[in-house]
Order: sequence, then structure tokens, then C-alpha cells
Amino acid sequence: MNTFKFIVKRILIAIPVLIGVMLIIFLMLNVVPGDPVTLMMKEHIKPELIERMRVEMGLNDPVMVRFFNYIKNAARGDFGMSYKLNRNVTDLILNAFPHTVKLTIFAALIAWIIGIPAGIISAVKQNSLVDRFLMSFSLIGVSMPVFWAALMLQYFLAFKWKLLPVSGYATLKHMIMPAIVLGWSSAGTIARLTRSSLLEIMKDDFVRTARAKGLKERAVVVGHALKNAMLPVVTMMAIQVASLLSGAVITESVFGIPGIGRLAVNAIQTRDMPLLQGTVVFTTVLIISGNLIADLLYSVIDPRIRVE
Amino acid sequence: MDELLRINNLKTHFFTKKGVVPAVDGVSISVPQSSVIGVVGESGCGKSMTAMSIMQLVQKPGRIIDGSIELEGEDLLKYSGDNMRNIRGNKISMIFQEPMTALNPVYTVGRQVTEAIRIHHHDIDKEEAKKMALDIFNAVGIPEPDRRFNSYPHQLSGGLRQRVMIGMAMVCNPRLMIADEPTTALDVTIEAQILFLMKKLQEERGTSILLITHNLGVVAEICDYVYVMYAGKVMEQANTFELFKNTSHQYTEGLMKSIPKITAEKERLYNIKGVVPNLMKLPKGCRFCPRCEKAMPRCFMEEPPLYKVKTVVENAGEHYARCFLCESSEVMNDD
Repeated sequence: MNTFKFIVKRILIAIPVLIGVMLIIFLMLNVVPGDPVTLMMKEHIKPELIERMRVEMGLNDPVMVRFFNYIKNAARGDFGMSYKLNRNVTDLILNAFPHTVKLTIFAALIAWIIGIPAGIISAVKQNSLVDRFLMSFSLIGVSMPVFWAALMLQYFLAFKWKLLPVSGYATLKHMIMPAIVLGWSSAGTIARLTRSSLLEIMKDDFVRTARAKGLKERAVVVGHALKNAMLPVVTMMAIQVASLLSGAVITESVFGIPGIGRLAVNAIQTRDMPLLQGTVVFTTVLIISGNLIADLLYSVIDPRIRVE
Repeated sequence: MDELLRINNLKTHFFTKKGVVPAVDGVSISVPQSSVIGVVGESGCGKSMTAMSIMQLVQKPGRIIDGSIELEGEDLLKYSGDNMRNIRGNKISMIFQEPMTALNPVYTVGRQVTEAIRIHHHDIDKEEAKKMALDIFNAVGIPEPDRRFNSYPHQLSGGLRQRVMIGMAMVCNPRLMIADEPTTALDVTIEAQILFLMKKLQEERGTSILLITHNLGVVAEICDYVYVMYAGKVMEQANTFELFKNTSHQYTEGLMKSIPKITAEKERLYNIKGVVPNLMKLPKGCRFCPRCEKAMPRCFMEEPPLYKVKTVVENAGEHYARCFLCESSEVMNDD
């Protein structure tokens, strides 16, 4: 019951945040040069026709009026029509989303299955060769530009050795390279965070107590220290998933996956305001939910944070 | 009295980049069966490191480099990792200064106590372990043990948490419980209760206690015999009554004078001048001489051994002091 109240409260707090984000993106797109009607109609159309379209679309209304209309429609799930693709923005996003979800699942699995154990091993064997190797590997993951990693993988795995398809989204095989590219950098962040958090916790008194009880070192680390050390890591994981779900812009473009990221890039390139606004709002909702889920997981892990 | 634990010439040094820190530098302590032994000294005198050495939980860059630690005749320093784990929490348990942080915040106290049981007794199932935990909660005076069993540490007061720690330490009926400043973080009223509880459990169960503290008042309360440590060495050792009646070392004298007294009319509390020496740059002679009011030229030249002191209290056992002022014909063996 309390948890339910907590969730409701958090959702209510999220509403002003969402409206704020919508306002900012709306105003920003408003000052971007370029007339949507001209963009839609291509060249050689009569100025009278442009004017008539502007009136019909409500583009001549004051900014605030247009904004309130937008909010009003958005509340009903209507984010308008894409200028360029001439389709409902909500439909476009919902069609693209499953591709992004698929990519996210693979990338997140790679990040967690590799990142968390790597962080633990590094912390336990601090300053050893293994630690140095794992931390260098994760540093590469964190600092390597995604597009470069993607191109390198494509060159070697697809072009030279012909192990995987270059791009596309038809089969699971197509997902391997983009998942590695995305997962590697997330794994790097998670490994480094797990390591530093665990090292910090290992200095705590209760770890000494656990050792004094006669527990094996493995049980001390996994049973006592790790659960405490996971707090910041869980937050990071939730935020990463939320940001992966809102579209890996570069990765999706390089590998030709028609997900949210590519939709957003297309919207920017064609100045498709409703579509761009839609993807930004969608991303905001995902990030807010990600944070909410992280907070709920927090209270599952740490009884001190449990809402009372 | 039979001897339970015998520490001989223990040396635990820390090998840091700046140099070697002799945190424990040749300490010999004897704990008889069913007794309460105190180790007193300022912060950094090596008393906690002595305790961690007994448990063999000294963390890098520290290492036990010499000496022996015999529990009922068996040298623990020869034990392997697994054998030593069977000793920890089972035959020798330990409680710590900060009950706030010594318990794991993410597990219930019940789970933490049953875990201590099940590490050493694989044949005990969950139900039975819970019963044992509830019994020990009763024994350490935790009200409503059934409810507390499912509490998290943050839901308990400092005194209750320390009771949980003591329960956790006593649940396997250890031969020795090491208590490292068990009451320092507690209110004075709670302090007395906890000390009384420890004494009671010690008498009922025949467990010996090695009590580490900086507080001579705590020592006077429950200890049978006391070791006074300074800069990694034992400076004086005596029966508690004897130590208070016939204080022989100038450092112990200073500690005694630093205890606030209700009757004292002096405005300022006595303090020992100077600071604890840097263990990496120890003075040449007696470790205490730079701060000693009665230091003689000889004290700066050579280090005194532990001289046997003539006792004034009857049946007080042996009394030793590391001071030339107590020079006598008898010196402690292998010191």
C-alpha cells in the first residue's frame, strides 16, 4: 500500500517535469529556422497555398496557444502527424520501439553479465594484473567512440571475416554486432562502478564482522559486501536501460536498425518537428520511469530506504 | 588457573611505502580459562591490532612476522585458512566498537545471528538455528526477541545492537570473546548494562573475555588482570586491584591521573604531555621517556625490560613494569 502511494506520488511529480521538457523542446524547435510547410510541399508552390496550409495547421497561432493545444492532444496520446512521413507520430514510435527493445535487451545482458563479474573480480584482486586488464578493457569500452567501434566491428567481423551480416535487423545474427557495441561501453561503466563501490564497502565494519564470524572470503564478498555495493550500480543499470530504450542514435543508424534512435535522427534531418517532439517526450517518459524503477529497486535492496 | 590463550612475543608490522610500522612489537599476553583480561592504552598503541592478530584478520600491508598465539596449546599461527575459519566465530569470537556499523544494514539481525550458527554447525537446520538465536536474544536481554528477530539493524538502538553483536558472538559458545572497545560508542548508562551483561555471560558460560579499551574505568569494573600497552609494547601488567593500588609505571600513573574525579577541585584535568611517538621513528631508549616526568639519562639510552614488581595486594599474581625505576633482579622471560 505504501509502495503504491509512493509510486503515485512519483508519477504526479513527474508530470510537471514532463511538461517542462515539452515546453523547452517546443520553444527550441520554434526558433529553429525552416518552415514546415515549405519542407512538406517541396519546391515551386504558390505562396498563397503555403499561407492557407499554415492557417489550417494552426501554425500562425501564437506560440503559447500552439503549445497548449499540443499538450491537450498529447494528454490523449496524440502527438500529431509527421510532416515528412505523413503518418501518426504515436504509430511511428510504437512501430520503431520493438526494434529498440530487442537491441536493448541484448546490449543490457552483455553489459550485466560481463560488467558486474568483471567489477567484482577487479575489486577482489585489486591492483593485480587481472584487475589492470579488466579495467583497461572497460576503459576502452567507455572511451571508444561508438561509431568507430561499430565501423571496426563491421570491417573485421562482417567485411573481412564474413562472420556476421553488415547491417539490417531481420535475424538475431544482425543484433550481435550492435549489441556488442552498445553493451561494451555499458559494461565498462558498470564494471568500474561495481569495482569502486565494492572496494569502498569492503572497508566497512560489517565486512570485518562477517570475516570474524568465520565466513569464507567468497561468502564475505558475495553474501555481505555485494548487496550493499549494488546500490549505485542498480541506479546506473536502470538509467542505462532507459537511455538504451530511448534509442541508440548512432548505433541504430550505423547498423540500419529502424528503432527510436534512427527515427529521431531522421526527424532532425528533415526538420520533422512533431516527430522529433514525440521522440523527445517518449525518451523523457522512459528516463523518468527508469529512475522510478531504480528507486523501487533501491528499497528492495536497502531496508533503510524502504518507505514507511 | 589453566591457560586458555597464550600470546608469546607477537609482532605484527605494517609494511608501508614510507617504512615499517611496528604496530605490535613483541607482546606477550596470557588469558586464563574463564577470566576477563583487559588491554588498555591510547589510540594507536597496538591494542586493536593485537586483537586482529589473534583472529588473523590483519589486513594488508600488515603481517604477523613473529611470535606464537596458542589456544589451548595449539599454535593458531600454524593453522591454514580453513582451519582458522573454524576457530573464528566458533572458538574465538569478536565484538567491535561501533554497533552502528558492525552489523550488515541490509539483512535482518535474526538472519545475521543464524548465519553465525550455520557457518559452524552444518547439521543445524533453519528452524533450530532460529530457536537458538531467539534463546541467545533472551540471554543477552533483548526484549521481544520474536519481533526483534526480523528487525533490521537501523531499527534498533545502539545498546540493542551491541546486545545483538554480543549474542552473535556468544551463540556458538566460544572459549574466548574478544571485545574491542565494546562500550565506547554507547551512553554511560548503557555502558554499565553491557559490561554487566558481558560479565554475567562470562560467569554463566565460562567464556573468557579479552577486553580492549582505553578506559581504565571499564577495566576497574570487570577485569581480573590488566595489560597496559604503549607504542606497540606492554608497559605494565598486573592484577586489577594491584594495578590501581601499586601503580608502578609512569605511563599507567599518567592514565590514572587523567581519569576525571568528582572530588577533584582542580579545574583542569591532568593530561600526559606530548603525543604518542611516530612508530616509524621510535626513540632510542624507553618508548615513553620523551613524555615521562621522571625520565633519567639512562632511559634515553637503553630500553628497559619488564621488571618484576613486588606486589602489595595479596594473591595478586605477578606484576611487571617496563621501567628502570622498578629495576629488580627478576625480569620477564624471553623479553
